[in-house]
Amino acid sequence: MNLVPNGMSRRHFMSHMAATAATIPAIQFMQHLQVHAETVKKNQKACILMWMGGGPPTIDIWDLKPGSKNGGEFKPITAAGTQISEHMPKTAAQFDVLNTVRSMSTREADHGRGRYFMHTAYVPNPTVVHPTFGSVVSHELGSKRKELEIPSFVSIGGDPGSPGFLGMGNAAFVVNTQGRIQNADTDGMDPNRFKNRLAMLGTIEDSFIASKRGEAPQAHKDVYKKAIDLMTSKQMEAFRIDKEDPKTIDRYTNAGAPAGMMGRGNNDFGRGLLMARRLVEAGVPFVEVGMGGWDLHANVFNTLKDRNLPAMDTAISALITDLKERSMIKDVVVVWMGEFGRTPRINQDVGRDHWAASWSVMIGGGNLKGGLGVGQTDSDGLTCESKPYLPGNIWATACHALGIPTTTVHTSKRGRPMKIANGEAPIAELIG
Amino acid sequence: MRMWCGSRMARWAAASLAIAISASVAMTAEEPESKDAKSKAAAKDAKTGSEKSTSEKPTAEAKPAGKKREEFTTGSSDVLISFINEQIRQGWVDNEVEPSEAAGDGEWIRRVYLDIVGHVPPMEEIEKFLADKDKAKRSKLIDKLLDDPAYVRHWTTVWANLTIGQQAPREVSRKGMEKFLREAFTKNRPWNEVVIDIVSAEGNFEENGAVNYILAQMVMPDDGVQATAKTTRLFMGMQVQCTQCHNHPFNDWQQRQFWEFNNFFRQLTKRTVQKYDPKAGRNVLDYVELNRRDNVDDHVTYERRNGLIEAAYPRYFGQDADVAKKDKDGWDVNRREVLAKLMTEGEKPLVSLAMVNRMWSQFFGYGFTKPVDDLGPHNPASHPELLERLGAEFVKSRYDVKQLIRWICNSEAYNLTSQATKANEEKDNPAAGTTALFSHVYLKSMSAEQLYDSLIVATNAHKSGRSSWEQAEDKKRVWLRQFVTTFGTDEGDESTTFNGSIPQALMMMNGELVKDAISAQKGSFLNTILSETPQDKDRIRRLYLTTLGRNPNAKEQQMAAGVVRVPNDQKLAAYQDMFWALLNSNEFIFIH
Repeated sequence: MNLVPNGMSRRHFMSHMAATAATIPAIQFMQHLQVHAETVKKNQKACILMWMGGGPPTIDIWDLKPGSKNGGEFKPITAAGTQISEHMPKTAAQFDVLNTVRSMSTREADHGRGRYFMHTAYVPNPTVVHPTFGSVVSHELGSKRKELEIPSFVSIGGDPGSPGFLGMGNAAFVVNTQGRIQNADTDGMDPNRFKNRLAMLGTIEDSFIASKRGEAPQAHKDVYKKAIDLMTSKQMEAFRIDKEDPKTIDRYTNAGAPAGMMGRGNNDFGRGLLMARRLVEAGVPFVEVGMGGWDLHANVFNTLKDRNLPAMDTAISALITDLKERSMIKDVVVVWMGEFGRTPRINQDVGRDHWAASWSVMIGGGNLKGGLGVGQTDSDGLTCESKPYLPGNIWATACHALGIPTTTVHTSKRGRPMKIANGEAPIAELIG
Repeated sequence: MRMWCGSRMARWAAASLAIAISASVAMTAEEPESKDAKSKAAAKDAKTGSEKSTSEKPTAEAKPAGKKREEFTTGSSDVLISFINEQIRQGWVDNEVEPSEAAGDGEWIRRVYLDIVGHVPPMEEIEKFLADKDKAKRSKLIDKLLDDPAYVRHWTTVWANLTIGQQAPREVSRKGMEKFLREAFTKNRPWNEVVIDIVSAEGNFEENGAVNYILAQMVMPDDGVQATAKTTRLFMGMQVQCTQCHNHPFNDWQQRQFWEFNNFFRQLTKRTVQKYDPKAGRNVLDYVELNRRDNVDDHVTYERRNGLIEAAYPRYFGQDADVAKKDKDGWDVNRREVLAKLMTEGEKPLVSLAMVNRMWSQFFGYGFTKPVDDLGPHNPASHPELLERLGAEFVKSRYDVKQLIRWICNSEAYNLTSQATKANEEKDNPAAGTTALFSHVYLKSMSAEQLYDSLIVATNAHKSGRSSWEQAEDKKRVWLRQFVTTFGTDEGDESTTFNGSIPQALMMMNGELVKDAISAQKGSFLNTILSETPQDKDRIRRLYLTTLGRNPNAKEQQMAAGVVRVPNDQKLAAYQDMFWALLNSNEFIFIH
């Protein structure tokens, strides 16, 4: 299965793979391999993004409006120093390390534009593709983790967006929650033969790269390098949640409860968060886990109550408990968001439509404060009554938690300086 | 931001791009001076609208076209092509870039095959083309490819993906949509008629496959909101989806206009019929029908941001549409049919401009606007006069899609090499955010479908002739499914891991498809080459031709010769490894 025999250093192996001389005899080649014990680095900073695809109705989850005509069917309950939905009781119990930011005002109420804005902190612009935040973290932290052999940005059933000007080397590695990475081994091929193939490939690629056809040919080579790294890595175990204690899997997925109608309800989101925890332990600095089924133009309350919220509550509370038990909560910042919120007004189909003017995200862990509800909307949820926040504020806060200076500036391909998190400031109440 | 919008607005008007809108009441808020600009532009329209305009243009404008102007031709004599070349050249002059050289025949034939018929050229066609001394061979090949059955297949795929997505939502028939498109491209039906059929379609989802377009926008009950947004975006190049909730900050689309458009989509109703499947022991989908509701309100209501409720009547850019009529069967008139006709009326409707812009971007990788489906005053075109003229000529040609492709593929810009030079790589690098000037051809990644079909051609699998169109497409579709993720939003968003990222690399290196492609079974490409081509040198050359469309260079030849200098029982493995490396290379996966 694996190209590298047990106990051998993949990186050492690869240095030979990369050699263009295809003449080293197999035995000599094997002798060069050294035994190297993989050490899992603890206490590395990381971010887990919980992406709520479709636009979650935060007015029913984090910022309830009892007594308003827009309030809907749910009641708030206490969660540390704030209140959240009664259908999130297990998460409420973990809220000492979590916070809501209730005055998001992000103006993009289209899925594509909202997804872009929330992931990059920049509004779409035809002259530049901004990097999604996972790619930013991959660029900033992943490149420094020399021992990391798997991609430094993993998206589990999410919709991560583009690495933009940071290049395909920082693109998300998109996987599903089954943890089985397709085509990740050479099916028993002799490593020498594979090495020969790579040597030939290198020659062809290099001549095309040298032919002045833009950056894409080099990016192709970079991605292949990452793919080959991954094929030979023992860290691939991190994707295997079946290696976990069944009790742990059960805690995340609450097995037995009905799975979501859209195939990624209950079980899948929980499995995704469990995989995220394993990946973060292996040193991956950014993991995005997607949960879909939020585009609730109709029948919002029953869907939330019976499907989305129980699944989400189980998964999030399990993750936070787990991170606490493993003493990782101080190092791992969690962010929960979607493209936008949903209309305070309840429509004729008992649904809520797209709404970006006043909504909430959740953020916590890392070294951030906890238990707070930052910002507020009016009693009907229609406008922000306190300082409005942009996605840049959320990502700047995450930068702070990750130890990435908020003064960091990247340069676009045309030499234009691009401030990290669009130059926004971290949310003061959270970093104190 | 406001200032920015204002100045762009003026440029838009001056560039006279707002053709379809210009006469309408929708623009009543315009400044007087921009109206002036528009009427001047309209006068100019009239002047340049005729076919002889190229020769009438002032010499001052023609001069910058420079010394190479007469040199390049594909052999086509269409006068519009000179106009395209002049306009593109003007852009080079204005931006002080020099074009790259013309592409060699090997580079060009690979590109034009991939772009028109969706796969790499068969080896024997490359050899024939390289040996052909006919000066008009490029334009002749374009004509030939437009008559190739693979042309129909490729463009059916492109438009099925655009209309219903790679992964058709549930209760949508990809087969039905493809059947409709296949007929349209086979008969080269005028594009305006195709659009009318798609926008106004009613009936059974396999008998009238065009209904699947609307069905795919009805995944969620949303009063036709998604159908409205998608129709304006895809067929008219106008992004209105953001105006649904509020006045869009960037363009002139008003919330009211969105709902006026939406009014045309309020009769939609879907009927889903199930049947008992004795094998499965349960009910399964039998068919779906898109029907029309009678007695729908004449107005729709929407809520403005300030909370006021307003009514919107069926209007097209301020032009009231009469939908109170009955059709010949006594039903309320099909409002979508009324809309489709309004959309395709006139000398340069947005439907024409949107199609020209999209087709241009299909071939060049970039349209005249970024993004390609966002035309408007807020987003000025890079070559406004060219876009406008092509739009007008496309209408005059009776929306002849093949003719549009001929114009594009016979243009000088399309025939340049993809190698940049010092004189254009900085200023003309749209991947890094510059305006596309088309001074060299930009790399495009093969789509998953192009890769699949190319591997079939490159490995001779197409010659076995063992499966029907539908079987082959079914097999391809199963393979394609591994890359697509859908997000279950009302827009039917999906993403693909066939995007140059790691999963694609893993699939190419270790997946079954490439394994099959390099297999040595009887009848396979490698098997044939090894048995029928005696010399290693020729074998290597043919491997390069079939994958990259060129001969190996000296260094590659040397390396390859070393690789295959092995005992006979290892030859096959050596050739497999070389084939593997070629198929996995950047040069193979890019269209260049």
